[in-house]
Amino acid sequence: MRNVGIIMRRELGSYFATPIAYIFIVIFLVLASWFTFYLGGFYERGQADLDPFFNFHPWLYLFLIPAISMRLWAEERKSGSIELLMTQPVTLGQAVLGKFFAAWLFAGIALALTFPLWITVNYLGSPDNGAILAAYIGSFLLAAGFLAIGSCMSALTRNQVVAFILAVVVCFVFLLAGYPMVIDAFHSWLPQAAVDAIASLSFLTHFNSIAKGVLDVRDLVYFAMLIAYFLIATSVVLEVRKAD
Amino acid sequence: MIKTEHLCKRYSALVAVDDVSFEVRPGEVLGFLGPNGAGKTTTMRMLAGFISPTSGRASICGHDVERDALAAKSCLGYLPEGAPAYGEMTVRRFLEFVADLRGLDGAKRVARLDYAIDRLQLSPVLEQSVETLSKGFRRRVGLAQAIMHDPPVMILDEPTDGLDPNQKHEVRTLINEMAREKIVVISTHILEEVDAVCNRAIIISRGRIVADDSPQGLAAKSRYHNAVSIRLERAEQLAAVRGALAALPSVAEVEVSDRESRLTALPRAGRPILSAVSELAARQGFALKELHLESGRLDEVFRTITA
Repeated sequence: MRNVGIIMRRELGSYFATPIAYIFIVIFLVLASWFTFYLGGFYERGQADLDPFFNFHPWLYLFLIPAISMRLWAEERKSGSIELLMTQPVTLGQAVLGKFFAAWLFAGIALALTFPLWITVNYLGSPDNGAILAAYIGSFLLAAGFLAIGSCMSALTRNQVVAFILAVVVCFVFLLAGYPMVIDAFHSWLPQAAVDAIASLSFLTHFNSIAKGVLDVRDLVYFAMLIAYFLIATSVVLEVRKAD
Repeated sequence: MIKTEHLCKRYSALVAVDDVSFEVRPGEVLGFLGPNGAGKTTTMRMLAGFISPTSGRASICGHDVERDALAAKSCLGYLPEGAPAYGEMTVRRFLEFVADLRGLDGAKRVARLDYAIDRLQLSPVLEQSVETLSKGFRRRVGLAQAIMHDPPVMILDEPTDGLDPNQKHEVRTLINEMAREKIVVISTHILEEVDAVCNRAIIISRGRIVADDSPQGLAAKSRYHNAVSIRLERAEQLAAVRGALAALPSVAEVEVSDRESRLTALPRAGRPILSAVSELAARQGFALKELHLESGRLDEVFRTITA
């Protein structure tokens, strides 16, 4: 656990040692507000809640989270620092977790910085703050799911641009797994049970139920399993390809 | 102690390391030589636990590098090829990160950090980010990282590559000092380095060990071993001297370099010919500018063995 912490602190420090962190946070906050006020019609709706804010998170994350995750392993492999890291007395699992937590914490910092919206909506009316908290948790979990996928895609390649594109595509498939554009691709050749299973993997269904303020155990388990699955996949990929 | 038994590494069609077995004991400084692509780095990476052998075993201080990986890594200071580091970190932060991963804390951490920084003379660049450093400083940061936890075994992949002569000298001094109480393995393709720091050399070619000997032993395999080379005052004597040398029964062959009026007499079967040549020179009155006995040329041995 100690090593996970050391690796996480180093990784998080490296975000802030370069302009990446500041650029990301500014873009995230600008886009989140823009979606909320213009596309979401925050004022026009006349309701004191943050639905127009959270509804756009999956789409915002689709492009912004892969931008955080793309460097996780691709950069280590490109610069060769992975050899330095993996010859220290740390396990691969500790390294994968440490880096993942750093990225997640970073996404969490960006998310927490949207607090002025929460203050605004409380100033304008009396929203259900419990539901807002649940939605923040859902959004934070969604970010973790995207990051776990991005971590795995980043381990697959030494090229950050390739890692970014792969992550966007895979995240997109998971996002829309329950919708016709993905389901139709499977209908013709998979049994109904398999198609239903794929449909139940959709990020959107699980996120939407949390975003409505319902913290269902099934949704939490879904995110936990998805994150665990992709982090294990990251380790497996790295074990095979770290020296390539 | 380092021990490898029948170590192999295959990449689909390519056999990178083929049945490599050796042992290194305390007090030994082993030079790992070989042409580029011979398998030096692959072997070192397997020892360092970065890649797994396809078959065979390796252990560091009795810890198997695969089954007991963390213990093996704890005994080892490793400088990867090219001395990679985290470019955006400052030298100080980077070394602190390594000290933390090595489990150092409290006064020990401060003392080891101070020692490594002082030993590699890194204080002028401590607050600079690693990516802004010169090649020499980067290599020194890599070495500082490797000695951080005072490991009993050091494996250094091309520690002096890209350094200027002064820096090379410093690194060799450091290796010689460490060699007293540690096992050191270095890979290099600079042959003078073997003479400067190693007391044992393994030459590896196409993944196989083709020679394992002391540097002197390797040099003795050279056809220049015990050869005598002379330089003449007057170039016009060259042809006459050459004829006289070639006529000596113990001389196998005479090589001539016209540019410097230099002649090299190669002995038959490596037997000493110095006295015969010097007697001849005195008897016939050759005007010599220089006369010296060669111990053997490592580069020639290297080329013969690995060609």
